Amino acid sequence: MTAATGIGARVLRTEDKRFLTGTGRYVDDLPLARATYAYFLRSPHAHARIKSIDVSAAAKMPGVVNIFTGKDLVDAKVGGLICGWTVKDKHGQPHKAPAHPVMAVDTVRYVGDTVAMIVANSHDEAKDAAEAIKVDYDVKPATIDLAKALDKGATEVHPEAPGNLIYDWEIGVKADVDAAFAKAAHVTKLDLVNNRLIPNAMEPRAAAAEYDKGTGHYTLWSTSQNPHVLRLILSAFVLGIPEHKLRVIAPDVGGGFGSKIFCYADETMVCWAASRVGRPIKWTAERSESFQTDCHGRDHVTHAELALDKDGKFLALKVETIANMGAYLSTFSTAVPTYLYATLLAGQYTTPLIYANVKAAVTHTAPVDAYRGAGRPEATFVIETIVSKAAAEMKIDPAELRRKNFIPSTAFPYQTPVALQYDSGNYPPIIDEAMKIADYKGFEARRAEAKSRGMLRGIGFSSYIEACGLAPSQVVGSLGAGVGQWESAQIKFNPTGNVQVMTGAHSHGQGHETTFAQLIHDKLGVPMDQIEIVHGDTATTPFGMGTYGSRSLAVGGSAIVKATEKIIAKGKKVAAHLMEASVADVEFENGTFKVAGTDKSVPLAQVVFAAYVPHNYPHADTEPGMDENAFYDPANFVYPAGTQICELEIDPETGTTEIVAFTAIDDFGNIINPMIVEGQVHGGIVQGVGQALMEGAVYDKSTGQLISGSYMDYTMPRADNFPSFKHGNKHTPCPHNPQGVKGCGEAGAIASPAAVMNAVHNALAPVGVKHVEMPATPLNVWQSIKGAQRQAAE
Amino acid sequence: MYDFAYHRPKSVADAVSLLKSKPEARAMSGGMTLIPTLKQRLARPSDVVDLGGVKELAGIKVEGNNVVVGGMTRHADVAGSAEVKAAIPALAYLAGHIGDPQVRNRGTIGGSVANNDPAADYPGAVVALNATVTTNTRKITADDFFKGLFETALADGELITSISFPKAEKAAYVKVPNPASRYAMVGVFVAKTAAGVRVAVTGAGACVFRVKAMEDALAKNFSSAAIKDIKIPFEGLNSDIHGSSEYRAHLVGVMARRAVDAANK
Repeated sequence: MTAATGIGARVLRTEDKRFLTGTGRYVDDLPLARATYAYFLRSPHAHARIKSIDVSAAAKMPGVVNIFTGKDLVDAKVGGLICGWTVKDKHGQPHKAPAHPVMAVDTVRYVGDTVAMIVANSHDEAKDAAEAIKVDYDVKPATIDLAKALDKGATEVHPEAPGNLIYDWEIGVKADVDAAFAKAAHVTKLDLVNNRLIPNAMEPRAAAAEYDKGTGHYTLWSTSQNPHVLRLILSAFVLGIPEHKLRVIAPDVGGGFGSKIFCYADETMVCWAASRVGRPIKWTAERSESFQTDCHGRDHVTHAELALDKDGKFLALKVETIANMGAYLSTFSTAVPTYLYATLLAGQYTTPLIYANVKAAVTHTAPVDAYRGAGRPEATFVIETIVSKAAAEMKIDPAELRRKNFIPSTAFPYQTPVALQYDSGNYPPIIDEAMKIADYKGFEARRAEAKSRGMLRGIGFSSYIEACGLAPSQVVGSLGAGVGQWESAQIKFNPTGNVQVMTGAHSHGQGHETTFAQLIHDKLGVPMDQIEIVHGDTATTPFGMGTYGSRSLAVGGSAIVKATEKIIAKGKKVAAHLMEASVADVEFENGTFKVAGTDKSVPLAQVVFAAYVPHNYPHADTEPGMDENAFYDPANFVYPAGTQICELEIDPETGTTEIVAFTAIDDFGNIINPMIVEGQVHGGIVQGVGQALMEGAVYDKSTGQLISGSYMDYTMPRADNFPSFKHGNKHTPCPHNPQGVKGCGEAGAIASPAAVMNAVHNALAPVGVKHVEMPATPLNVWQSIKGAQRQAAE
Repeated sequence: MYDFAYHRPKSVADAVSLLKSKPEARAMSGGMTLIPTLKQRLARPSDVVDLGGVKELAGIKVEGNNVVVGGMTRHADVAGSAEVKAAIPALAYLAGHIGDPQVRNRGTIGGSVANNDPAADYPGAVVALNATVTTNTRKITADDFFKGLFETALADGELITSISFPKAEKAAYVKVPNPASRYAMVGVFVAKTAAGVRVAVTGAGACVFRVKAMEDALAKNFSSAAIKDIKIPFEGLNSDIHGSSEYRAHLVGVMARRAVDAANK
């Protein structure tokens, strides 16, 4: 194909024209005739019993159309929100599943829990009425601090979860690991907190719904990453609207990072109430609501130990984690700290024995679920910080210690001790390239120069692996997933030769409309401007699982490739007929069917026209039309891997950290659009650095108020916090999908927190600092330096 | 936000009479604090009097030894002003480092000073340079103007028309921004003017304050070495998730030394 637009070309993103010129269409942009506006009254308390709710004054306020409370949902027999992944604990028992009412009935369990829905003629009138609702709360003590949530006597969040424990889960054989530790020459121990993050998508969550009384059809517009899954959950579990009577549309969506995977109370209410109100309902979260009610991410307390022999070979790894679930189990919350976390603890290494124990706890805080990387950043952080700590303790160069333990390229497919089988990879050339680009050799000279300016300079590695391209359905099914994780595609040619490609994946910033079009262009030779990628509407796209877990290209793209193969196969039959040749002699190349060894040819567009105007057509064995469907269920996860090197300087007087260089070398398999891949890596690094240095959800430990509830207090990374990134690729193609691709959407965020924190620790080691928790804010770093100075003085 | 009546007077006199006739009215200059407050329903004024139409309030001029900045002058205009850069470069630098470009193109000096947010930058310059605040009724010296947390000497219906900054022999402003909001967590403005040496601290306390010990030391020897052993008591300083009072007290010392070094460059 032409280099300008085919696979491997840096094609500018088709969708950016509308995004950058303000002509995108987001949920809030919808013009719905006779629309009403919803506002949600939310709990100001982390834990309280609702003694009474008096809506009588509010109901008489100007413009108020209707007010609903949790009791109305009970009366209407509406189901609760669900957790779609059943994790079995170490005794084989399913996890505790506390009820998750769509709106609170008699108890509120976090600041932001939904108490009432006000529907009015305008947003302001709904909000005015909310202020007039009188809720009589009996405020109770709250469990906020994760480290203490499982302690005896901690206030219980749900009667169904005694001691706040959702599950006590394990992987690996503890006795074998303990035996290996007994023989170790060196043991490195690490206690860490993986800080809680708030997703902060640029577009807040929004929903709009309309009910057609004549047909009984509901249409729900939602900022969803997976509209088919949302429809399935609402239909089958929550609202009972038959699936064929509910259409879910996720139009342009401004970022998700995982937070828009889940089925939330607000969109459920908007959909349910649309038929009761009899007019369309619109709702868009205010930014403070996003802070309080979007599912948060991470939030682990972990103790880890790594056993090494005298040469630095890893013998065994032991990890104990308490994972915060928040107040209710969100859609995929239970899987994140188990199957997306502990199964990754081998990293890039041959560690033969691994044991992990994960206890999931409920607390009186917002629900916690998947957030960019989902479990894998937490795993990478544990491995990559303990490996660097071991290197420092044993006085081995951190790159050397990694190299010594890398899975050799000859060992693939490689079975880890924690269930996954890595399909491909070649790690040593990646770290070599990263060290070359980062000029690792020159670091000590740069450190000395920085010291002459009074600055502490540090360098840190993170050699990550992740499992994405979610996921082989049989595997996830055996682990408790409530859904399959294949993807779908439909390629529909129009008679005039242009093509619409329907995908079950959903783009909310990833650039599918460009990448997928490049695939079609490459496979079928159709010019880019003749291709439209259609996504996000259950009425027009085949059932699909949506976008998360870096799956869209590896799984959704593979479905598209399968569909192109069906188009070519059918086209050959039609072309053979038109060229009066045998089908076996017809070849397809660059958009043209040819008879091998002759100068006979017919372009695809002509074949398509013949298929729709089949006057001269092989009717005996070929149906008219050119419209093919494919479903693709992957044989395995895909395993992107890479090494990042972060170099930074800390001002010891103020504690401020400046990243001065950042190198990332990745193995994403074959690459369709390098520009889009770089964009994903840059964004991922920024989010990971945000976690390491800036971001952190802070709740008041006694009241449960969200202190970091606005941009005045929640530090978002900004462009001026970063240098220009150095990025490179070292491919090993994925052996089990047609394009040999791996996922790239989460890698940056998975790897970078460890690279940054290893650099922070490296920089602070000369002043005696042993450990700094994330986020390494100026205050935190300054206090760590002070603490080390105090300890040295004692 | 709650409903309110909106006015856009063209003169100071009209603005003042509107403010006096409506007891629940609020004046708005850049709106950088008022608008977010209204959006969060934390304020409920009956009337908002937008000073954006009062042309006489905006502008910069040099009068003898003073730079006079009109109350409605935007931060970006102060930052970019050739007169300010020539007369008091530290003031232009300060204005150029307030918030972000959007804030600098909307926010005004009068609004910032009248609001007296403890983390605002301008109060540091007003106090350190010993500026004079001119209102529609009187002149107020810097030391008399700032009274406490969000509290100033301004009476109801009194508007800042201009602020007059004496030129400085040496001056510099250095701050550590709050990582999230980028307001000053600690900002120190050091100035050597005809009135002597002044060290004004913003962000650290409830209100801008001077550090007398540093001023005395610097009056004798205007070098960072002269103040290196002067410690600020942390009791009573601001404390939040981004900075404890101990950290802020420490930063006052660091920022003061860096400001003196910058002023000497």
